[in-house]
Amino acid sequence: MSRISLKVDGVRYDDDVDPRTLLVHHLREHLGKVGTVVGCDTTNCGACTVLMGGKSVKSCTVLAAQADGQEIETVEGLAGKDGSLHPVQQAFHDSHALQCGYCTPGMIMAAVDLLAENPEPTDDEVREGLEGNLCRCTGYQNIVRAVQDAAAVMRAEVPAPRDAGTEPMEGTRGTTSPAAEEVAR
Amino acid sequence: MTDPLPRQIGSGTLRKEDGPLVTGRARWTGSVAPPGTLHLAILRSPLAHARIDGIDVSAAAQRPGVMAVFTGADLTGEWGSIPCAWPVTEDIAIPDHPPMAVDEVNFVGEAVAVVAATDPGLAADALEAVDVDYTPLPVVLDSERAIADGPLVHEQLGTNESYTWGLENGDVAEAFAEADVTVQERYVQQRLQPTPMEPRAVVVAPDPARDGFTLHSSTQIPHILRSVLAGVCGVAEQNLRVIAPDVGGGFGGKLNVYPEECIGVALARRLAKPVKWVAERSEDSQTMTHGRGQIQHVELAATSGGRLLGMRVRILTDMGAYLQLLTPGIPLLSAFIFPGVYSFGAYSVECTGVFTNKTPTDSYRGAGRTEGIYGVERAMDALARRLGMDPAELRRRNYHPPFENGATTPSGLEMDSGRYEATLDRALELADYRSLRAEQQRRRAAGERRQLGIGLCSYTENGGLSPSKMTAALRLHAPGWETAQVRMMSTGTVQVVTGTSPHGQGHETTWAQIVADALGVPFADVHVIHGDTDAAPYGLDTYGSRSAAVGGTAVHLACGKVVDKARTLAAHMLEAAESDLEFHNGRFAVVGSPGHAVTIQEVAAAAHTASDLPEGMEPGLSEQEFFDPPNFTYPFGTHICVVEIDTETGQVAVPRYYGVDDCGVVINTEIVDGQMHGGIAQGIGQALYEEAVYDDDGNLTSASMTDYLTPGAPDLPSFTLDHMVTPSPTNPLGVKGVGESGSIASTPAVINAVIDALTPFGVDHIDMPATPERVWESLTAARNSAGMRHG
Repeated sequence: MSRISLKVDGVRYDDDVDPRTLLVHHLREHLGKVGTVVGCDTTNCGACTVLMGGKSVKSCTVLAAQADGQEIETVEGLAGKDGSLHPVQQAFHDSHALQCGYCTPGMIMAAVDLLAENPEPTDDEVREGLEGNLCRCTGYQNIVRAVQDAAAVMRAEVPAPRDAGTEPMEGTRGTTSPAAEEVAR
Repeated sequence: MTDPLPRQIGSGTLRKEDGPLVTGRARWTGSVAPPGTLHLAILRSPLAHARIDGIDVSAAAQRPGVMAVFTGADLTGEWGSIPCAWPVTEDIAIPDHPPMAVDEVNFVGEAVAVVAATDPGLAADALEAVDVDYTPLPVVLDSERAIADGPLVHEQLGTNESYTWGLENGDVAEAFAEADVTVQERYVQQRLQPTPMEPRAVVVAPDPARDGFTLHSSTQIPHILRSVLAGVCGVAEQNLRVIAPDVGGGFGGKLNVYPEECIGVALARRLAKPVKWVAERSEDSQTMTHGRGQIQHVELAATSGGRLLGMRVRILTDMGAYLQLLTPGIPLLSAFIFPGVYSFGAYSVECTGVFTNKTPTDSYRGAGRTEGIYGVERAMDALARRLGMDPAELRRRNYHPPFENGATTPSGLEMDSGRYEATLDRALELADYRSLRAEQQRRRAAGERRQLGIGLCSYTENGGLSPSKMTAALRLHAPGWETAQVRMMSTGTVQVVTGTSPHGQGHETTWAQIVADALGVPFADVHVIHGDTDAAPYGLDTYGSRSAAVGGTAVHLACGKVVDKARTLAAHMLEAAESDLEFHNGRFAVVGSPGHAVTIQEVAAAAHTASDLPEGMEPGLSEQEFFDPPNFTYPFGTHICVVEIDTETGQVAVPRYYGVDDCGVVINTEIVDGQMHGGIAQGIGQALYEEAVYDDDGNLTSASMTDYLTPGAPDLPSFTLDHMVTPSPTNPLGVKGVGESGSIASTPAVINAVIDALTPFGVDHIDMPATPERVWESLTAARNSAGMRHG
């Protein structure tokens, strides 16, 4: 057992952990932070992504002992204390960027890190930036849209979006726009 | 008087489900942990076929934290055989399927022992100490070999052939004798691992209050699961509560009754403790049913003018080692849909299911219909090449003419409504087909390295599973109706209990939209309860594009009953005749004096108070519907895929993708588009990336997500979609369903595009997935053979 001290979502935890314990298992099984989930065990799917020292990591690939002294941010700590959603969380909701929602915690944390690195990404840069996070439901189209909408909000170019509710539709929003890539060069 | 509420059906209302999912507060089965839970680890067969000569668990039982270790032999008294619900023929061969192997293992990953320990790590550690003595038996993995002369998977059955089923309509021999042109094709539908993002998990807790159990499972089918588990494990059905909490995707892979669910019940009963099993990904890949696994022989007969005369199909299906819930029936779904959207006279089909020493196959998104449409749409392109005809034109010459209320397919299905040529026209326009062909010609003429391919697919599919009598006639031992309860609270808000079991499809939102429109109540006032067998009267759960057409219709009809009762009470409250009332925007008003009105919320309050009800009226305002659909629904559409192939590396990119779909009336535009996006992505995955691969010994070498490639964000384009709306006459909402259309349409569209790009090089066939290696090999083989001809 080794003694580690972590700050997770603003709260300090001191624990004895088995040297082989993965960060994701420590978060889930010892700290009750079950908002972060496991999808693959092999660092492929990104469902377990958290921020460690402000950078996204796959928490199934980090030993809890390696994280000693670090500040960890999970999807559970992203919203404001008043319950207001982080712009990325809000944009995922507004853009229908999730279906089953299992990849969503990791996808949101990866997107937060992506936008911190690149506040004004192209669509291709969003896709490349999220390459390590797999989604089986959405085909990524609305995830890209959500990340772009969140980026605009975080750059304060557009006002923060409205709350959940009814939204009148115009045509088939979000699907009839021309494809991003130009084929006929 | 309040402003009218916005109409919900047809809007893009944001989802009710999202809050917990974006904040990490979702309830996954893997997060369920009753006090005192023991963690299960399952020892799995490392051999594809072997006799079990003995298992020694004594060392494992001594490991730290271990409470118990059981073998299959220890647990034979706990259960019967896991049943197959679709014995497609009277003489079908069905092997015994115990939840844990006793004498013999038949695929890698089959459960042979289980450890219960205080910690998941300790349980896994103890598996290493279980000693199993195996005698290896001969292995058969290839379905064609299995049916020819391969070793037997189940010696006691005396054959690897489980069944052969067929049908013939019209004179197929004559159609082929009269044909100017025929094509004969062989297509492989490779095995796929469904790979929902959440691996399976099961938690079973004893419920002493009723001498039963509460079972949480990451399942699509809590109600069917409860009924089957009750039978297999000998628990009274009313004492078994099954909860499907938040479920992280399914795609058919969670449409089953699995050994681990039986093991959970057995161990909770033996140990009188809650037990929990959470699959690792590679374990889930080995044990969750695989999809597809067909070899298709497709023949078309046509005139020189491109008019189809007949079709002959043989399907050989690799069913794996055991028959799961629907395993043998999946190819029948292919058989019925194989003629696609085309009208012709003669059709025959024969399906054979064979056993192999591999993971069982069963439903995967578009089950059976994806395979069938793939076969016909690829064969149509082969015919177009033979005739030198544009594939769009060949399709146009063979579509069923538009119909709004019934047309019969060559396989004998009565379809509801369809306008196929209109979807083709719109898709050609959306894609700017002429310009694409011009660009393709330019690149071909210039001999550019990156060549363009354009692939079409027109499809229909039977969704809305299932009209109970029709599926019973095909020997499916499960009905297809659905239930809904609509309960108006005393305060005027609404609880809906549905028998459907969403796992990403957004039923909480969609059903609330139906209710808001039908009752004239605010969308926010409606709460939908699902996935709990203690809550719904029953349910047939979620699969087969059934939820909106069957479950949504049940909700709509239950609302109608609520309004009917409320109207009677409103008339009593207003001292008016019922026939003088109009119901609009949640208000019952006397015609001609709109101020003389009560709201449905006021009626609900009066129904609960019950101090002044009409003579004979029961208190309360809560109604229930059991809806059995009169027919399947038939969504349809045309998709066009554009691929760009690097002819030096074989790399295939999908820069553009177009789809025009008609799923009948659209309830939520965003959810419908989202279903299309995800379905198309999975179809592209099958076409280009995904394959369950076994080595010669029967090990699944693609079990991890390092080796099983589902598409990532950079692999996919933004899809350009459009919709048409042709209401289904089979239900009052006019909906058809949309969950599977994307995967059905996209797989053939992508492969047709790949072959289209490679045609000038002499390539006329490629099997899936069209990996760079496979494309490069096809190109190289074609070039070499052309070189030999020219030399």
